[in-house]
Amino acid sequence: MQLEIITPDKTVFEGEVESATFPGSKGTFQVLKNHAAIISSLDKGKVVYVSNKKKYEITVNGGIVEVVKNKIVLLAEKIIEA
Amino acid sequence: MANLKEVRTRIQSVKSTQQITKAMKMVAASKLRKAQDAILQMRPYAKKLHGILQNASANLDGEQKSKYSVERSVEKVLVIVITSDKGLCGAFNTNAIKEGLKVIQEKYDEQERNNQLWVLPLGKKSFEFFSKKGYQVIDDFYGIYADLSYEKAMEVAEYVMKAFLNGTYDKVELVYNEFKNVATQILCAEQFLPLSAVEQKEDVVVTTDYIFEPSVESIIKEMIPRTLKIQLYKAILESNASEHGARMTAMSQATDNAGELLNDLRLVYNRSRQAAITTEILEIVGGAEALSNG
Repeated sequence: MQLEIITPDKTVFEGEVESATFPGSKGTFQVLKNHAAIISSLDKGKVVYVSNKKKYEITVNGGIVEVVKNKIVLLAEKIIEA
Repeated sequence: MANLKEVRTRIQSVKSTQQITKAMKMVAASKLRKAQDAILQMRPYAKKLHGILQNASANLDGEQKSKYSVERSVEKVLVIVITSDKGLCGAFNTNAIKEGLKVIQEKYDEQERNNQLWVLPLGKKSFEFFSKKGYQVIDDFYGIYADLSYEKAMEVAEYVMKAFLNGTYDKVELVYNEFKNVATQILCAEQFLPLSAVEQKEDVVVTTDYIFEPSVESIIKEMIPRTLKIQLYKAILESNASEHGARMTAMSQATDNAGELLNDLRLVYNRSRQAAITTEILEIVGGAEALSNG
């Protein structure tokens, strides 16, 4: 599954992930392989993703996430840091 | 005959000017690269944002009016004019300011006479000009280029959007230089608010059936301010890159001119030096002859 985390200043992360968890505005949700297509807005909170069996954590101040065909795009205005 | 010493000092001063312009050109070139990088960094975000917005609005039944696209009778107008902080970049700032004035005079003459026109300058040059001319200036943001970042641009955009929503302004125009290449800037005057016709829905074939969370409407509602912010940020970055491009060309021009001037001066210098030597020899020969004859 491909994940891209993009802010206007830079591309924060781009690569293969096994799973990703987002702070959706209707509650936290996790995306695994073959997830249905979804567009969701995010609240301020932690984004957790697992890449190469390693867990990474970043905090965003809200954003939009799109999942289509095992491709995840996260648009955040600001990363408040890991 | 030109005085030798005078010409020598002249050559010295032209040389040091040339050195300065050359250095400035180099600095501008490296800053330009940075500015272009910033634009490139921003592009994927803007592109994806646009893509998602298109997907979302294609899934929306019927038109949805955003509160940012409400057209009111235009009584109060804000014009955002983007220039640079510093000069020495050819006609860059003059052009942007002129375009700003043109927009004001051609479209908002009436509002200006009614004292219902405000200018929001970004960049010191624009601020100095419009406050000197006695326009009503919003001076909270003009120093944005001192430390440029998306966050700063966001503050400006948020101020403008809020002011539009609560009726402080009915229309917001944006004037800036768009970056085409190093030597060319395109002047842009576009309407920032109200948002003109959000989507052209032609041939957007959406095959994917999206789940929207919480709902399509709220997603679109959330995304429109983001597109506006990005639009402003893009204008700011474009203007920044244009500035450095313009400065680079201007300074390269100046360096060339200094080189030409140096060549001319050197010619004059050598000629008058040769003339001086010739007269000196003539004098010595004449003197020696007079002695031997005596």
